[in-house]
Amino acid sequence: MDWQGQKLAEQIMQVMLLVFAVVSFGAGYVLGSFQMMMLVYAGGVTLTALITIPNWPFFNRHPLKWLDLSEAEKHPKPQVAVSSKKKSTKK
Amino acid sequence: MHSFGYRLNGLLTFAVTILALMCAITSLSDNFNTPSPSAEIKIMNINWFQKQPQGHDEVSLTMNVSADLQSLFTWNTKQVFIFVAAEYETRKNSLNQVSLWDAIIPAKEHAKFWIHTSNKYRFVDQTGKMSADKIVLTGYSLPEEYR
Repeated sequence: MDWQGQKLAEQIMQVMLLVFAVVSFGAGYVLGSFQMMMLVYAGGVTLTALITIPNWPFFNRHPLKWLDLSEAEKHPKPQVAVSSKKKSTKK
Repeated sequence: MHSFGYRLNGLLTFAVTILALMCAITSLSDNFNTPSPSAEIKIMNINWFQKQPQGHDEVSLTMNVSADLQSLFTWNTKQVFIFVAAEYETRKNSLNQVSLWDAIIPAKEHAKFWIHTSNKYRFVDQTGKMSADKIVLTGYSLPEEYR
């Protein structure tokens, strides 16, 4: 997923869960059944999970443009100073 | 929110938090309900009134209990526990309460009932000088979350 996709996924998740919470509470209250409320809410959580968790293509509409290999080779990577410390642990 | 596990964790945490809030609200919604139960107990017969070897009095009663407790059942009620208690006064103790019979009502349909029964639990008084009773029907209702 790209950055825009991640933001979209999080927003969708929060909104859907809240909506399902309200709907399930209303359904349970009107029908007078606690079990109904739990079932509707569980269904809502599963549906939200199916929509927001897997990596659907519509989350990837603004893909990041990584640099081409040919372009990258023209600009050498900065040298990182590596201090080799060898710690020999004897058990 | 960049990996499968990360999103799954976020979703589940949020879902469970919202669930906790919903349960709290349903519990509060019970306060809107004003129950109006009615009950009546008639003692049909005192089967025996004897003295036990230790000097205690024992009574066995047969009673008719009729009650209409349907208004106690809200959507958040799992079951209603009722019991019949004998409340009496002796010269030694000013208040005694002894449970004679109890029952669990699991659903609204069973809440309107009539039963002819003897006391389930033995009615014993240790002072040995029991004389008069008054029978009181009390009940507790267990909300749905106490499953």
